[in-house]
Amino acid sequence: MLSAFAVLLGFQLIGEVIARAFHLGIPGPVIGLCLLAIACMINEPLRAFTERAARPLIGTLSLLFLPAAVGVVQFLPVLQKQGWAIGLSILLSTVLALAVTALVFRFVVHHLKLEDRE
Amino acid sequence: MPDVKMPDVTQLWVYLSATPLLWLFATLAAFALADRLSASFKRHPAANPVLVATIILALLLEVTRTPYTTYFAGAQFVHFMLGPATVALAVPLAKEWRRVKRLAIPITVALLAGSLTAILSAIGIAALLGAPHTVLASLAPKSVTTPIAMGISSIIGGLPSLTATFVVITGILTAIIAGPVFKLIRMKDHAASGFATGLTGHGIGTARAFQDGHIAGTFSGLALALNGVLTSILAPLVMKLWP
Repeated sequence: MLSAFAVLLGFQLIGEVIARAFHLGIPGPVIGLCLLAIACMINEPLRAFTERAARPLIGTLSLLFLPAAVGVVQFLPVLQKQGWAIGLSILLSTVLALAVTALVFRFVVHHLKLEDRE
Repeated sequence: MPDVKMPDVTQLWVYLSATPLLWLFATLAAFALADRLSASFKRHPAANPVLVATIILALLLEVTRTPYTTYFAGAQFVHFMLGPATVALAVPLAKEWRRVKRLAIPITVALLAGSLTAILSAIGIAALLGAPHTVLASLAPKSVTTPIAMGISSIIGGLPSLTATFVVITGILTAIIAGPVFKLIRMKDHAASGFATGLTGHGIGTARAFQDGHIAGTFSGLALALNGVLTSILAPLVMKLWP
């Protein structure tokens, strides 16, 4: 489990190095995600090995956002001032983005007859 | 009576509030409490554990007059784990790669449509309601995972820390309303609903999507990564063309 965790940190580190070296504007962990996905596809045992650390981490994903979420308290004054515009914009945009993405996905799957047979 | 001196509560507080231990504990305890609450409400969307725990901690900070920076000194250990957890999303992705590859075309089309919808609808509605340009620029990348969103925001003239707030609000909101929205549009395809949840609600949405199973979670993680990259291209373009 600990060595599997080290693999995750290692890929994050490689991601950070690449992001800084090439000024990509994409965070290190996202680059690490892509690289690890490729590595896991090439090397099946690596995936099974990394899964031991990946599974519990993904299981606690909600908790990990808590410190950032609490940061909202710093912006309560701004949110109050522009409250209506911001609140309505985020609410409607979230509903629209969810519905449009899922419906377009579904429409294309249906249109191209890519239905899941599993 | 033996001469026992009462411990000085103020001094104890001064000591505890300066160590990371207290707020690290508070973060975990608040989440554990919120999670049990959510379970006792049969995981009703409104009893979202991130939302409930955020409210508990915000009230706690308010009551104890603790500044966010002091809180974060403890909570940063939890925050740090977001990095490896993001990398970890590669594992389910590699596992489901054959399905992902087969669905490459719907993924691409839905990504473009969803990304544009998320950006344009947010700034369009806020502009109609009279929000200033800084707020619009801060809103544009609201569906993207925090570090990417903050970078985009600073490039297009927004306030990165305000964007971080919008990102969190969008994520929590996505976790709460994704279920009802999918019910409304009768969406039963877990690949499609998961992809939409991750595209709209980044990591917080992805945490929610994994509750619906492996497929929804995997496609959500994929959408989170793809939308992060696409929005960093689209948002500056949209803001440049914005009147």
